[in-house]
Amino acid sequence: MSLTKAERTVILSLWDKISAQADVIGTEALERLFASYPQTKTYFPHLDLRPGSAHLRVHGAKVVAALGDAVKSIDNIAGALAKLSELHAYILRVDPVNFKLLSHCLLVTVASHFPADFTADAHTAWDKFLSIVSCVLTEKYR
Amino acid sequence: MVHFSAEEKTAVTSLWGKVNVEEAGGEALGRLLVVYPWTQRFFDNFGNLSSASAIMGNPKVKAHGKKVLTSFGDAIKNMDNLKGAFAKLSELHCDKLHVDPENFRLLGNVLVIILASHFGKEFTPGVQAAWQKLMAGVATALAHKYH
Repeated sequence: MSLTKAERTVILSLWDKISAQADVIGTEALERLFASYPQTKTYFPHLDLRPGSAHLRVHGAKVVAALGDAVKSIDNIAGALAKLSELHAYILRVDPVNFKLLSHCLLVTVASHFPADFTADAHTAWDKFLSIVSCVLTEKYR
Repeated sequence: MVHFSAEEKTAVTSLWGKVNVEEAGGEALGRLLVVYPWTQRFFDNFGNLSSASAIMGNPKVKAHGKKVLTSFGDAIKNMDNLKGAFAKLSELHCDKLHVDPENFRLLGNVLVIILASHFGKEFTPGVQAAWQKLMAGVATALAHKYH
């Protein structure tokens, strides 16, 4: 699965808006993840996951920053996220099913903040982009 | 069996009251066909599905989307017995329509995204969670009679 030129363009333009509110978007996506899919909290026993917590903000910012790295190297996402891929494979070992859940919550957050920009084409491109990111992060699992 | 708290039921019904079923249904089905093009396999006789704008503007898509979402309305009136409410539709989707239940999950998630885009801040994490529970319940109910 790879991104067309048109998809890259639309991803980049929506990214501009997302990155301006990176912390808010990242934090909210995680809040949504933990509210709808409480089992995902099992990966964070070391963090305070209550809405509004500093831990949540820091981690949300981290997640969106990583997406930013992928966007900046959209032609080579595997290269941009190589270290993160190893981290998830050997240390974190988050079950692959959870990447779909977080991706969905990211899309819900973006849709709620930028409804006019989140057209059907933008939705498709971002869904695809997040699938590729998820694939990269799980590709060294076995 | 899925149990919904009073809070969850309120989160669902209060939002549902503000949903334009015809518009949202068409949008949800349209987005499903655009974002996950393989789902078009069930709609060969729908005419022009060649681009996002063709799909979103297609009158058959809009009509069918409205039908699907109207049936969601029935789910919301029967949140305590989704399996019973969807028994006949489940048999239909298995025996006549041959739809992989994974598609119910995909459509449910697309609908959640559409609600988020319509309601913005009002679609809080808590409200989303209630809706995700309903979507999962409906998907399970629709798959329940598969054999």
